Amino acid sequence: MTDESENPEMETHAQPSSLAGIAAAADAKKAPGNNALGVGLEARNIHAWFGEKLALRDVSLDFWAGTVTALIGPSGCGKSTFIRTLNRMHEFIPTAAMAGEVLLNGSDIYAPGVDVTKIRLKVGMVFQKPNPFPSMTIAENVLAGLKLANLKVENKDDLLQECLERAGLWNEVKDRLNTHGGSLSGGQQQRLCIARSLAVRPQVLLMDEPCSALDPGSTLKVEETIAHLSSSMTIIIVTHNMQQAARVSDYTAFFLSDGGPGELIEVGHTNEIFSRPKDTRTENYVTGRFG
Amino acid sequence: MSADLVTAKPIKPWKATGRQRAETASILLVALLLSVALVALTPLNGKLGFVGAFVVSYLALDYSIVRFNHGKAAGIDAFFRGLVTMAIAVAIVPIFSILYSVAIRGYKGLHWSMFTTDMHSAAFTDENINAGGIQHAIIGSILIVLTALVISLPIGILTAVYLTEIKGRFSRPIKFLVQSMSGVPSIVAGLFILAAIVYPLTKFYSSFEGSLALAILMIPTIARTAEEVLLLIPNDLRESGVALGGTQWRTVQQIVIPAARSGLVTALILGVARVAGETAPVVLLTGGGDGTQWNIFKGPMGTLPTYIWKAYAAGTEASVTRAWAAILVLLVIVLVLFGLARYLGGRKVK
Repeated sequence: MTDESENPEMETHAQPSSLAGIAAAADAKKAPGNNALGVGLEARNIHAWFGEKLALRDVSLDFWAGTVTALIGPSGCGKSTFIRTLNRMHEFIPTAAMAGEVLLNGSDIYAPGVDVTKIRLKVGMVFQKPNPFPSMTIAENVLAGLKLANLKVENKDDLLQECLERAGLWNEVKDRLNTHGGSLSGGQQQRLCIARSLAVRPQVLLMDEPCSALDPGSTLKVEETIAHLSSSMTIIIVTHNMQQAARVSDYTAFFLSDGGPGELIEVGHTNEIFSRPKDTRTENYVTGRFG
Repeated sequence: MSADLVTAKPIKPWKATGRQRAETASILLVALLLSVALVALTPLNGKLGFVGAFVVSYLALDYSIVRFNHGKAAGIDAFFRGLVTMAIAVAIVPIFSILYSVAIRGYKGLHWSMFTTDMHSAAFTDENINAGGIQHAIIGSILIVLTALVISLPIGILTAVYLTEIKGRFSRPIKFLVQSMSGVPSIVAGLFILAAIVYPLTKFYSSFEGSLALAILMIPTIARTAEEVLLLIPNDLRESGVALGGTQWRTVQQIVIPAARSGLVTALILGVARVAGETAPVVLLTGGGDGTQWNIFKGPMGTLPTYIWKAYAAGTEASVTRAWAAILVLLVIVLVLFGLARYLGGRKVK
């Protein structure tokens, strides 16, 4: 798996300490030939419907491997709907329909005959509310994906430790791996959910407002986790918190709905979106004039 | 931060003071005296008259005294608190009354040898209570209910899974059927098995046919309860399951059902409770035998309810004592099994 190999070019930028650092990292990644991981995930002309209602119109976005992309925009602009089309969770809503292509490593995940469970193994997801499985212990929670997807691993203990370390939770739970996940704090539970998604070694991680139910301290921890993970995988994060978008992401995409379907207004380097947006609507939103 | 630095004493200002307790106690006492006087001096009589007089006089006194002392809102509050307490009493008193009379009357008929002998060689009317026993009935009850459970638990839970997880095209008609089936009288289930299986196919009685009839009664109870329980499981958990690459079935099997485990045990208990005391279909389909029978596919088999029915119908003092003893044993077995199910079902859930 190429996504596991470290890119030396990016290692120096793994933890950008400022917006300028992020921009530099993003520039380095965007330059052709510098990015050994290539384009990981491409969304082409995505439309989404709920029943008769068009919720999302013609969104095309590329997600470079090893980068963090933040999706921002007011509520109801289709951000969550969009990321749910990227791992085929959209189809769980009975009235849902969609158009367009999502290319993962160059092949369409909606093509006929594609095994949808394999897609979701490669494109993991972390939800808004921390939701560890209540019937399982911390260790069982982390390894739940293996059982669910019927995967075999050589050494479960190593994988358990690795996932918890990558999610920044190992030191806090290593002495109580066999207690219930529900006994953790909200922020710890969310990092447990991140560790759980990592256990099946996804190439892309979708995060749907992962910090909206957390306090600032836990939010910071999750953001540190995102920074650590971004060197080895593609992360797409939906957030309502613009400071968070500025802190964690390399690229930012702004979505907006004028009462009709949501649309992609602008996408660019995070520092450009926040300092020199091309569209006045983006400017109004990021400067807090509405939304 | 040591404890001796703390100068405040822990108190509970929200608890009733001694004065308030005295007020409540005196209201209770006056209401009791008043109802005794009412029963003695007026045409009201008997236990029912006393209880009625007490309810009315307590509520009236409570309301007026509290209102006089503490104002209108407090008075209304006291009135409804009294009403709610009495409603609880109305619900609980009969249960304890039943348990009490079963224990008192059943105790007389208990003896150790009853658990090791059956009624093969003894008569219900035998004056010697120690002759014969209920071994066959205990074995029969357990076998019949267990067989019915083995049949109905998977069907009931899978029905609930279909209704809540798959939500297929037939959800609405199935929901309707399950609801109307839960009102089926037990004798109808018995007659159905008699007409559909015993007469055309097997042509002899067996406890398995009784279990089939009981399963018909249990499935709707289990399915409805399990459906309610599965609906309580947050959708988030299902989505996380499939987002980790699980198929729908594996997600249901490994996440949804374990998360609902203690609720599903409730479904099981309610299902067993529905049929543990059923008599009519069992008599109809198993013949209600008096000898110990281990084979569920062959010959008559007695159960505790059929034993109780037979003993009570025999009508002598000895046979009625036997019936009460069997009722006590049935109650204890059911309670122990429910306790066990609760313990096993709730063990791992925080």
